[in-house]
Amino acid sequence: MTETNYILEVKNITKVFPGVQALKGVNLAIKPGEVHGLVGENGAGKSTLMKCLIGIHSQTDGSIYFNGNLVQNYSTSEALRMGISMIHQELSPIEHRSIMENIWLGREPLKGFGLVDHKKMYDQTKELLERLELYVEPDTLMVELTVAKMQMVEIAKAISYDAKLIIMDEPTSALTNKEVEQLYKIIRRLKEEGKAIIYISHKLDEIFTICDRVTVLRDGEYIGTKNIEDLDIPTLIRMMVGRDIKDMYPKETCELGEVKLEVENLSSKGAFENVTFNVRKGEIFGIAGLVGSGRTELVETIFGLRTKTKGSIKIDGKEVDIKTPEDAIKAKIGLVTEDRRLNGIIPVLSVADNMIIANLSKYSKPFRLFNHREAIEDVNEYVENIRIVTPSIEQKIMNLSGGNQQKVLIARWLLTEPEILIMDEPTRGIDVGAKAEIYKLMGEIVKQGKCIIMVSSELPEILGMSDRVMVMHEGKVSGILDNSKGLTQEEVMSYATGQIASEQS
Amino acid sequence: MSEKTKALSYKKNIGKDSKLAKVIKKYSIAFILLFMIVIISILRPNFLSPSNIFNVLTQSAIYGIMSLGLTLIIISKGIDLSAGSLVALSGIVAASLGQSANAATKYFPNLGELPIIVPVLAALIVGGILGLINGSFIAFTSIPPFIATLGMTTIARGFTLMYTEGKPVSTLTSSFMAIGGKIGILPVPVLIYGIMAFITWILLNHTRFGKNIYAIGGNVNAAQVSGVNIKKNLVKIYTYAGILYGVAALVFAGRVGSVHPGAATGYELTAIAATTIGGTSHAGGIGTVGGAIIGALILGVLRNGLTLLGVHAYWQQVVEGIIIIVAVIFDMRKNKKR
Repeated sequence: MTETNYILEVKNITKVFPGVQALKGVNLAIKPGEVHGLVGENGAGKSTLMKCLIGIHSQTDGSIYFNGNLVQNYSTSEALRMGISMIHQELSPIEHRSIMENIWLGREPLKGFGLVDHKKMYDQTKELLERLELYVEPDTLMVELTVAKMQMVEIAKAISYDAKLIIMDEPTSALTNKEVEQLYKIIRRLKEEGKAIIYISHKLDEIFTICDRVTVLRDGEYIGTKNIEDLDIPTLIRMMVGRDIKDMYPKETCELGEVKLEVENLSSKGAFENVTFNVRKGEIFGIAGLVGSGRTELVETIFGLRTKTKGSIKIDGKEVDIKTPEDAIKAKIGLVTEDRRLNGIIPVLSVADNMIIANLSKYSKPFRLFNHREAIEDVNEYVENIRIVTPSIEQKIMNLSGGNQQKVLIARWLLTEPEILIMDEPTRGIDVGAKAEIYKLMGEIVKQGKCIIMVSSELPEILGMSDRVMVMHEGKVSGILDNSKGLTQEEVMSYATGQIASEQS
Repeated sequence: MSEKTKALSYKKNIGKDSKLAKVIKKYSIAFILLFMIVIISILRPNFLSPSNIFNVLTQSAIYGIMSLGLTLIIISKGIDLSAGSLVALSGIVAASLGQSANAATKYFPNLGELPIIVPVLAALIVGGILGLINGSFIAFTSIPPFIATLGMTTIARGFTLMYTEGKPVSTLTSSFMAIGGKIGILPVPVLIYGIMAFITWILLNHTRFGKNIYAIGGNVNAAQVSGVNIKKNLVKIYTYAGILYGVAALVFAGRVGSVHPGAATGYELTAIAATTIGGTSHAGGIGTVGGAIIGALILGVLRNGLTLLGVHAYWQQVVEGIIIIVAVIFDMRKNKKR
């Protein structure tokens, strides 16, 4: 094992923050032309390690070799110059500037007198984009791009630095399946060019599809590196979690009650049309489909965040008119939204305040002071019952892990005692252990005779948890499938991609 | 069970400073105030005389009361540039209804002396209605608060000039003047400031309305999804602020004894500065009434102290500006993510 075999070699790195040791002797070795998966639960130390690599943090102990040379105490710009580039999970483009201005920001080509050479910038950008088969004009504004295209622009930017090592942090979290395929294609091409890629993802199937080797971290410790051929999913999960998760989907079939919610011919112009389905008490009703198939818009309409243009919603056989989220809450509907950061958590507020925000009327009666004691009792009860890990209920929610934030949001809705709980991507971006706990919680909710509508892009969770699955394609229902005998991913996908359309509509 | 407690105690150690460091961090603004008081009173011992202390408090009361309203607004991620103009308009209407019988020029010549409740209600109602208009524009059209209240600034100032044809309204009744006077040694403006601060503190910390304000400023989308009525709350926030401007106008009129159409020009900036120094974040979701009071006092102590020290008025302005910037730098470090 000579060092020259590796483009990057991290040896026995530790990183200590005041009060916490984030990395405890981690190793990582990356070969040129390899896609190297980096996995671990949230808090395992992946992001700290990456921050050490790209020069945001410097390690407390241990060494980093890049291209065979010992490198230390370098800045982010020096990292870029060496050829280490990272595509962050949360893209932060300057939205009202063009693609080329974003790519060449801070190093615009000049043409003397300090003037920017726009022509050169345009041509170079065009060439870069074409290399990635991205056929958009370099002077298109970033806001006009889809998330997938923004991601491609980020990759173009990384390449423009002539990066030898590209770090991708959850690159597919906002991509449709088709776009993921496109990304894989580009990754494979980068690989052929001899570039090394560190691929961070929670989605294990992606790891198995694209990676050559995988390194696992847990609680800041180095667990091991394996060739992908020597691994299977249960083994990898065991390495990540440190224990067996026996029952990932603890769905018990519970007795289905009477019909609770009936949606008839519901339409919202431009998003979906003529959607008809019903949900029974005690049922988990899955809604599958590709991103952009109208799933999120559908549940937003049921919840009053979007106006319906046609159709009706009945609860317990009675038609309800839901125009705002307030109406929906009154009708005992809850919505755990798709995007935790956009419309879920209120980052600067405490766990307690975040949890009670949808249920304030319970604690405030006219001409009385806000009943803090009762609110705190409720919050403590949920923190205990659904095992939210937080130093205190006064902790700002932004300091919690994704899984714990999600639990707070679920608790927010459970507090309102909903009879219909809508969960849009309930486990997006959270780790395996927390996922299993959320599934368990869902099982407990339906056992009480409530019903859950779950929108999800993750087929294993749709198949593992749902009693029935409604598949949407381009704004229409392409099928409602019974899952009691066990559906396969292929069946659901064929409906989702529109290969099979149900005769009913 | 034991596994869970272990997890909890493990997390507890993350990012924890020592107790003292935490206290200093949390109350850093209060320490700055304390530090200023100590320095000034060492240099000029008469700073700490009761009469001078009440003097500082009285001088801080007008923009202090305004900054209470601005605290609510800024927590909701808004801004109100019209505060000074609204004080002027509600003040001049109140003054016109509160002139003494022996005033040389009476706005309403045929009106006798009215009971004090009339100008008081007039100020609160005018302030409230103007605030309601601010809030409605912000809530029901999508114009940003900066623009809506920028427009209101000149609209209200224009109406103020029109109302009196540019002339001041003076010689107020003795009961009106009492608002600017004293009960025993306690100045009435300070008493009013205290009461308004208490009411605002209750609103912000002990009502559903207060919780909604923090949520709207912290993440408006999340608040909406949680069933918070954004529009209704925005209207309420600006209306309440408007009422507070009405109160500030009464204190202004009571202290000065007259209101001229150019009154309170630029006061909104002092009030915004007090709120900001007090740790209310313009990014929304963060802020306290206590902070707003301390912010107002820092400005009051600074102005008074520099005068006692014989610093030229021009230099005072420069120092004030520097203090605003430094205070916010300190405060941002406190709110930084780990």
